[in-house]
Amino acid sequence: MEAGTAAAPAYVRRESTASRAWGWLREHAINIYAGLAIAYLLIPIAVIIFFSFNDPAGKYNFVWEGFTLHHWGNVFGLPDLNSALLTSLRLALFATLISTFIGTIMALALVRYEFFGRRTTNFLIVIPMATPEVVMGASLLSFFLVLGTPTLGFSTLLIAHVMFCISFVVVVVRSRLIGFDRSLEEAARDLGANAFDTFRLITLPLIMPAIIAAALLAFALSIDDFVVSNFNSGTTVTFPLYIFGAAQRGIPVEVNAIATILFATTLVAMGFTVLQQRRAERLASVRPQQEEA
Amino acid sequence: MTATRRRLTPYVLLAPGALWLIVFFVVPMYYMVRLSLDAGTLETGFRFNWQFSNYKDALSLYDSQFLRSFYYAGLATLVALLIGYPLAYAIAFKAGKWKNAMLFAVVAPFFTTYLIRTLAWETILSDQSPVVKTLNSLSLTSNGRVLATSGAVIAGITYNFLPFMVLPIYASLERIDERLIEAAKDLYASSRAAFVRVTLPLSAPGMVAGTLLTFIPAAGDYVNAFFLGGTNNKMIGNTIQGLYLTQRDYPAAAALSFVLMALIMVAVFVYIRFAGSEALMGEEAVGA
Repeated sequence: MEAGTAAAPAYVRRESTASRAWGWLREHAINIYAGLAIAYLLIPIAVIIFFSFNDPAGKYNFVWEGFTLHHWGNVFGLPDLNSALLTSLRLALFATLISTFIGTIMALALVRYEFFGRRTTNFLIVIPMATPEVVMGASLLSFFLVLGTPTLGFSTLLIAHVMFCISFVVVVVRSRLIGFDRSLEEAARDLGANAFDTFRLITLPLIMPAIIAAALLAFALSIDDFVVSNFNSGTTVTFPLYIFGAAQRGIPVEVNAIATILFATTLVAMGFTVLQQRRAERLASVRPQQEEA
Repeated sequence: MTATRRRLTPYVLLAPGALWLIVFFVVPMYYMVRLSLDAGTLETGFRFNWQFSNYKDALSLYDSQFLRSFYYAGLATLVALLIGYPLAYAIAFKAGKWKNAMLFAVVAPFFTTYLIRTLAWETILSDQSPVVKTLNSLSLTSNGRVLATSGAVIAGITYNFLPFMVLPIYASLERIDERLIEAAKDLYASSRAAFVRVTLPLSAPGMVAGTLLTFIPAAGDYVNAFFLGGTNNKMIGNTIQGLYLTQRDYPAAAALSFVLMALIMVAVFVYIRFAGSEALMGEEAVGA
């Protein structure tokens, strides 16, 4: 764990090639280590993309047999996979809309108001994030089993997904609200805007990047969720549940292709939010100076 | 009038979220505990009976899965710390223009589906893969296989939760005022001493948060054991999933889930007492 920033030597010494190489290694050891760790993180992603071009001989896509574009041509050609993917998208969309709205107003309450029960509310928000997914899934299933209603399916999945997304939305939006410059709102009020207009025209646009980031996070959490869904899906099949079900009989190569598409889409969405965020930060920092000028 | 309205506003804003979390998170916990005390079988039906023996029976049947879960999760957390701390350090202090690219690489696995990431490991560690063939030729495998061993499961867990370790540590390193480290060096601390006495303690909150964010999901995980482990590597998550969804022995399954939750809570509290807590209740510890 040596930092690798040996202070510059006070005197210059003639060094042998070996000791120079050793010095270089010491200097860069942490970077080499970090590079290996990065490779560890990225190699499985490369494997996923690489194996979407595989032409497996049997039903299992584990051994490289040869290059083909066949599965990319047929990427939406498996009806079961398509319907699972559509279910996941629909579920993620609804879960995102509901949890983003609920979570955002919750964050507003927590940052903007002093009220009795704040600590309890904070605890209520943190605890689902500190609970293993299997316990969350199991307890919700117990709840639905004892109540006997509603029937497990899309509605119970939606309930579960909104539940585990709320906390993350609150955390993301709250962090933005904490660093919020209230003087802009005060200016709007001074200029005669009412509370609602101030919120609509000043507050909302300024926290929009955080809301978008929170919504993307909720979407990602929902579309990726396996464990909680596994417990509460009934006969409804989402994309991760399809993969789990198909694992025994061999996962079609098309799954890798779809995973690659999802990866690329997330990449673009992420890039877009980062740009959006930078723009918003620029706007927020520029505005007061413009007024001065 | 306006004062009353102002007092009530936060509750109105909180109500939907708080209600959702109470009804669909807190109340279900109660039902799970209740279910764990039911008597009966699937055929005769279950009814509430304060059946505490469910706990004794379930624990004596599945104690090895419990031990294994905590052992795998603990080891994976340790390995993740050993990989994650230097990585976070390099990103925070050494990366220069590569900083954003490296941060991106850390979160990139999250852009693919969890199950598919684990399947990628199944591919990498499968019997025919170049990695395993190389290990075999070096006689580093016990019976020519890597899949279906505890090593494969621990490697998978480490991989899947590594970003949860790196991000909080990075966040706490990033926040360190570098002048403190310079001051230590000005006062004749060696690089090593400055690291051990200044950087390391200041990054402790990140390490505490990272280990918890890694350990908690790891202890309850069953995906890695399912895809990468064999019959001797099943974790308690696998047992709970099987009892709930296949065997439908709900009381035993509920009892095991409750014990898992309780054990994790105890582990977390002991750990926090031992490691110091101020970082944890903070906003950023969970925000990563």
